[in-house]
Amino acid sequence: MTAIASHANARPGLNVGAMLKEAGLTALVALALTFPLVGLRTVDVGSRLTITTRFDEVLISVLLVFVGRIGLILTREGHALPVLVVSLVVAVAAWFAPLPSEILRVITIAGAAVLAIRAVIAVRRDRSTLSQQERDRAMDRLGARVQDAAMWIGPIAVVFAIALPFMPFASRSVVDIGILILTYIMLGWGLNIVVGLAGLLDLGYVAFYAVGAYSYALLAHYFGFSFWLCLPLAGLLAAFSGLVLGFPVLRLRGDYFAIVTLGFGEIIRVVLLNWAVFTGGPNGISGIPRPSFFGIADFDRRPPEGEIAFHQLFGIAFDPMHRIIFLYYLILVLALLVNFFTMRIRKLPLGRAWEALREDDIACTSLGINRTNIKLAAFTIAAMFGGFAGSFFATRQGFISPESFTFIESAIILAIVVLGGMGSQIGVVVAALIVIGLPEAFRELAEYRMLTFGMGMVLIMVWRPRGLLAHRDPTILLHPRRSARQQQADSEAGA
Amino acid sequence: MTAVPGIPLLEVEHLTMRFGGLVAVNDVSFTAMERQITAIIGPNGAGKTTMFNCLTGFYSPTVGRLTLHRTGGPFLLERLEAFRISQQAGVARTFQNIRLFAHMSVLENLVVAQHNKLMKASAFTVAGLLGLPSYRKAEKQAVELARYWLDKVKLTKFADWEAGNLPYGAQRRLEIARAMCTEPVLLCLDEPAAGLNPRESGDLSELLIHIREEEKIGVLLIEHDMSVVMSISDHVVVLDYGRKISDGTPAFVKTDPTVIRAYLGEEEDEELPPEVKQDLPEVAEREEAP
Ligand SMILES: Nc1ncnc2c1ncn2[C@@H]1O[C@H](COP(=O)(O)OP(=O)(O)OP(=O)(O)O)[C@@H](O)[C@H]1O
Ligand SMILES: [Mg+2]
Repeated sequence: MTAIASHANARPGLNVGAMLKEAGLTALVALALTFPLVGLRTVDVGSRLTITTRFDEVLISVLLVFVGRIGLILTREGHALPVLVVSLVVAVAAWFAPLPSEILRVITIAGAAVLAIRAVIAVRRDRSTLSQQERDRAMDRLGARVQDAAMWIGPIAVVFAIALPFMPFASRSVVDIGILILTYIMLGWGLNIVVGLAGLLDLGYVAFYAVGAYSYALLAHYFGFSFWLCLPLAGLLAAFSGLVLGFPVLRLRGDYFAIVTLGFGEIIRVVLLNWAVFTGGPNGISGIPRPSFFGIADFDRRPPEGEIAFHQLFGIAFDPMHRIIFLYYLILVLALLVNFFTMRIRKLPLGRAWEALREDDIACTSLGINRTNIKLAAFTIAAMFGGFAGSFFATRQGFISPESFTFIESAIILAIVVLGGMGSQIGVVVAALIVIGLPEAFRELAEYRMLTFGMGMVLIMVWRPRGLLAHRDPTILLHPRRSARQQQADSEAGA
Repeated sequence: MTAVPGIPLLEVEHLTMRFGGLVAVNDVSFTAMERQITAIIGPNGAGKTTMFNCLTGFYSPTVGRLTLHRTGGPFLLERLEAFRISQQAGVARTFQNIRLFAHMSVLENLVVAQHNKLMKASAFTVAGLLGLPSYRKAEKQAVELARYWLDKVKLTKFADWEAGNLPYGAQRRLEIARAMCTEPVLLCLDEPAAGLNPRESGDLSELLIHIREEEKIGVLLIEHDMSVVMSISDHVVVLDYGRKISDGTPAFVKTDPTVIRAYLGEEEDEELPPEVKQDLPEVAEREEAP
C-alpha cells in the first residue's frame, strides 16, 4: 500500500522499510504456493509411492521471488537502470552457476529476462524524447525505405536464393534450412492474403497445409498418382476445403471468426488422427514417393528396370544432394509463385477490395461490395497455396502424421505474418528468417527456443504492434512521376 | 405539411425501427424527389441516422416500405441485402463518423468505390491477372472518373496521399467523392458539414448544388448546420423523437411552430439554429394573434 502511495511522486527518497515489507509479503505468498507444489514430491521407490522433500529448491524460489520483487519495485520507483544491469548479470550468471536443477535455471533466466524487459521499457519511457507516435512514424519511414529498397533487395534476394546451393558454404544442412525457411515463407505469403490483405484473423491455416499434404500422400498411396499430378490436385482440394469451411465461417466477425478457424484447424487434425483406416491415424503415412525430375527421371542411385536416373540422364556422378537441391528449387519456385500472385492481385479490384475490407468493412458494403464473396475468395486462394505447400512438405518428408499439423504450426505462420508487418511481402521474409532461421541456426539452445520466441513476440507487441515493416505503398498513382511519399514528406516538412 | 412538387425518387412509407423498447424511428413517411436536395433535420437522437441505416440496409426496418424508382426498378430497399442497395438500386451514402479506407491512398479509395464495374471488366480477376488490354482500359476509365471527382472536391493534389492523413474537412469531401464514384441515383449524406469551418461549408453547399444540377441525382441530407440546409435544400423533413413533425419547403419549415417548439424543448439553447432564433419573435406574435 505504501509503495503505491509513494509511486505517485516518482523518485522520492526510497522507503526501504516499505519496500522490504512488500517484497517480504510477496515472498510469503510464493512460499505458501511453492511449499506444496515444489517442496513435496512423490516418487516411486520400488513399488511404493513415497514423498521426498526439496526444501532447498523452495528456498531458492522464494529468494528469487523476493529479489525479483525488489527489482520490480526499484524499476517502478525510477531506478530502472541499475535493475537492468543487475538482472542481465543474473541472467548470464544463472546460465553457468551450479543450480540444483535445470528448471530453476530456466526460472531464474526467465525471471531475470522479464525484469530486464520491464526495466528497458521503463528506461525508454524515462529517457526517450520520442513519443510512441513519433517512434511509429520513424519505423514507418524505415518500413518505407525498406519498401523502396525492395525494388533492388527483392531481385538480389532472389538471385542469392538461386545461387545458394552452389555457394561454398552450402552444406546439406544449409540447404535443408533453406528449404525449411522457404516453406515457411511460402506459408507466410499464403496466410498474408487472408490476414495481411483481407484482415481476417485465421488461426487455423495449418488445416489447409494438412489437407494438401494428405491429399498428395493419400492419392499416391491409393492410386499411385505422381507428385506432378498431385500438386495441382492437392491445391484444388485444399481450395475446395477452404471454400466449404469458409462458407459458414465468413459471416462471423473478428474474434468469433478467429475462434471458429482455430476449431476447424483442430477438427481436421482430429479427423486425420481418428480416421485410422483411411489416413493411418497417429502412425501417419510413410513411403510417400519423392518427386521425380518432372516425370523424366528419378533421383535414385539405382533406378528401377527400364527407367533412367537423374545422374544418368545428365551423365554425372550420383550425389544425394541432387534431390535436396531439386527440392530447394521446387519450393523456391512455389514460393515465388505465391509472391508474384500477391503482388499482382494487389493491383486488381479483388486485391484492393481485400485491403478495403481490412480497413473498413461497413464502408465496403456501402459501396456495393459483396463482403462474403470477397472474403471467400481470399480464404480459398490462401487455402490453395497452403495446399501446394502441404504437398511439397509431404514429398519432402516422405512421411507425414497429424503431429506435423498442430496448432503451434498455425501460430508460427501467423507470428511470421504479424511480426513482419501485416500485408508486407518482404516483412514476411525477414520474419521467417528470424522466427525459423535463427532458432534453427542456434539449435544448441533448443530448449530455450520457444521461450525466446515468446519473449520476442511480447517485445514486438510492446514496441511495434503493427509489425516490423508495416508499410504499404499505393497500388496506383495519379501523379506517378514524384513518389507519393516524397510529396507527403514535403508537405509535412512545410506544415 | 406542404407538398413539394417533383418526380418521386424515393418513397418512404410508415418506416418504423424499434430497438427493444426504444422506438428510434416511428411511422415516418415522406417522398424525396429526383434532382432535389431533401434535408432531414432534427435534434440529437431524433432518429436521422437510424433512418439512413434502414435505407441503406444496415438495419432491417421493423415496419415500413422503402421504394426507389429508377430505370430497371422499382426497388424495394427493405428487401435488398445491404451491398445490393448500392450495387443495384444505386443508393450511396456517407457516414456521420467518417469511414474512409484510412491506410489506402485517396485515389485507391475512389477506385475501390468502382469495384463492381472493375470486377466485371477484369473477368473476376482472370483478365486482370493476365493483364489483358480490356481490363487496362477499364481501369484507366475508372481513374478518369476518380480524377473528375477529385477535381470537384479539390483533392487532385492529394490524390496519392494516405486518406487518413488528410485534414478533417478534406476527409469529409473525399467520402462524398467516393460515394459519387459508385455512380448513384440517390446520395445520402450524414452530417457532411459537421466540423467544417464556414468557408468549407460554403464549398460544400456549392458541391451539393453541382451534384443536383449537373449530375441530376437526388440527395438526402442530414445536417445540423441550418445555414447549409436552408440555403440549398428544396425540401425539408423534420424528425423529433423518431416522429416526423414537419415536412415542406425550407420557408415553410422555418416558420412551422411545431418545429420551433421541438427545438425550444431542447435543454441547451445552442441547439437552436440562428435562423430559427431570428424568427422567434415573429412566430410568438403569430401564435398570440388568433
Ligand atoms: N443499434 C442501436 N441499438 C439501440 N439503439 C440505437 C441503435 N442505433 C440508434 N439507437 C438509438 O436510436 C435513437 C436515434 O439515434 P440516431 O443515431 O438515429 O439519432 P440521430 O438523429 O442521428 O442523432 P444525431 O444528430 O446525434 O446524430 C437514439 O436514442 C439511439 O440511442
Ligand atoms: Mg446521427
